[in-house]
Amino acid sequence: MDLLHDLSYFWPAAITSIGGLAAMMAAAFKTDMRWVNAVAVFTALSATVVAASDLVAGHSGLLFSGMVAHGGTAAFGTFVVSLGTLFTLVLSRSYLEKIGHHYAEVYALILFATTGMIVLASATDLVALFVGLETMSVCLYVLAGLVRERKTGIEAALKYFLLGAFSTGFLLYGIALLYGATMSTSLDVIAATTDKGGLYWAGVGLLLVGFLFKVSAVPFHMWTPDVYQGAPTTITGYMATAAKTSAFVAFILVLGRGLQGSVEQWAPVLEIVALLTMIVGNLIALVQHDVKRMLAYSSIAHAGYALVGLTAGTLSGYDGVLFYLFAYTLMNIGAFAVLAYYETADGQERSTLEQFAGLGWQQPALGVALSIFLFSLAGMPPFAGFAGKYQVFAAAIEQGYITLALVGVLTSAAAAFYYIRVMVYLYFKSPEQPVSLPAVDRLYGWTILLLAGLTILFGVMPSLIVNLF
Amino acid sequence: MISLPWFLGLSAVLFTIGTIGVLIRRNAVVMFMSVELMLNAVNLSLVAFSAHFGDVHGQMLVFFALCVAAAEAAVGLAIIIAIFRNNLSVDITKINLLRW
Repeated sequence: MDLLHDLSYFWPAAITSIGGLAAMMAAAFKTDMRWVNAVAVFTALSATVVAASDLVAGHSGLLFSGMVAHGGTAAFGTFVVSLGTLFTLVLSRSYLEKIGHHYAEVYALILFATTGMIVLASATDLVALFVGLETMSVCLYVLAGLVRERKTGIEAALKYFLLGAFSTGFLLYGIALLYGATMSTSLDVIAATTDKGGLYWAGVGLLLVGFLFKVSAVPFHMWTPDVYQGAPTTITGYMATAAKTSAFVAFILVLGRGLQGSVEQWAPVLEIVALLTMIVGNLIALVQHDVKRMLAYSSIAHAGYALVGLTAGTLSGYDGVLFYLFAYTLMNIGAFAVLAYYETADGQERSTLEQFAGLGWQQPALGVALSIFLFSLAGMPPFAGFAGKYQVFAAAIEQGYITLALVGVLTSAAAAFYYIRVMVYLYFKSPEQPVSLPAVDRLYGWTILLLAGLTILFGVMPSLIVNLF
Repeated sequence: MISLPWFLGLSAVLFTIGTIGVLIRRNAVVMFMSVELMLNAVNLSLVAFSAHFGDVHGQMLVFFALCVAAAEAAVGLAIIIAIFRNNLSVDITKINLLRW
């Protein structure tokens, strides 16, 4: 009975795992792919709706003998992950059809990865955290190498796999040492520890290394650009948003729930990492010619901005990070979706800046949407990216991290250069040969416009989300 | 009766060997073996702590870690086979299309 009762608060993960099994069965029976896509989208939609209603209901507590939490931060993480999955599934169909890799297994893997992300984003015990993280990672290794005939695709999968498994080793060792120091894997028990010896600090350090790998913070970022460039574009959008969101939410739960008592010790470490991440991510993005790779470096920089909020180590900092992740999910999935369209529209595999010349005048709605996403990523008002940045920097200043906020604002200004350069190519350069892009799939186009609309909406009225915390 | 520090020492040594292996070896299969060594070194620590405390939680985590390592092996070897078919080599210095 207890199990069923607890499950009733954990529907999103249950729904996505059942949906994944259904997609797998559909693959076995060679069902029509449109139908499989519809089932997957419906699954993600129901998970999103349930997660949203959980979020609004505002109850909170622990489930499954204290393994996962529901409500609060966990509910918000679940909601953002489900939303990201929903948009990815809707957008993936037309892209995967065009690159000729439209398999039912893709949907199964995405839904299983989502299940892992939801567990990760609501874990209050290091065992659940580990299981959730690995469920997500193993699925993502496969998805990164989906196009296995293309050398870059499989190379991305190998790099992701080797470095991901390597970082898992550190994370697991951190968990083991924390268990040795506190005799428990529960975050609440770890928080209550007063006897902090060498084992405890070694455990915390290794756990941080593992997490910084997963959120691609400098100096553990080397895998990110290669993986993001090599993976299929809509999947890259999924990895950059949903996977990163769930890792950050788990990071917030671990730091805020389990290690809040040691904030004076870990905050300086995160401060340095955040500084490095913002500077290195933005500087290398400046010199990229491949737009997809540029967005990968920009995602490293954005991890740096989110780390600013974590460094603050206060409730307002954590809330700022949550809003940031939500805004980032909307605008980044949108940006990758437009890139996916440009890449596949007429079989040219466009991805460099030069190939983007003059594309803004073809399919004007998509050009405008991409501009909105890029302005929002650059952090310009009135888009959602600005509201997110404002909140994390404000939380950092409250705690006296002036340098951090200053570097954040300066690097954002530098970042505007490489975002706007894309728009310069889109609108002010003429292509070498005249191009004409075919019309976009109707559902695909409307989804992108919806994302652009949401990016503006939550930029103008961030209180819609902020009031939920 | 061997005391706890011996187990932890052995586990730390194995973990270090695994880490160094990943960093200096250039063959994808050997790198993967080194990662497995790291995971199993951690399992040794967990089991030692668990026995020392007389608490089952550590052993429970070991079971999960074993399952995860098995799943990773399945996926990882599949990826390595796919890359071998493309390159006729699993030497990671020859897998360098994506850089900068």
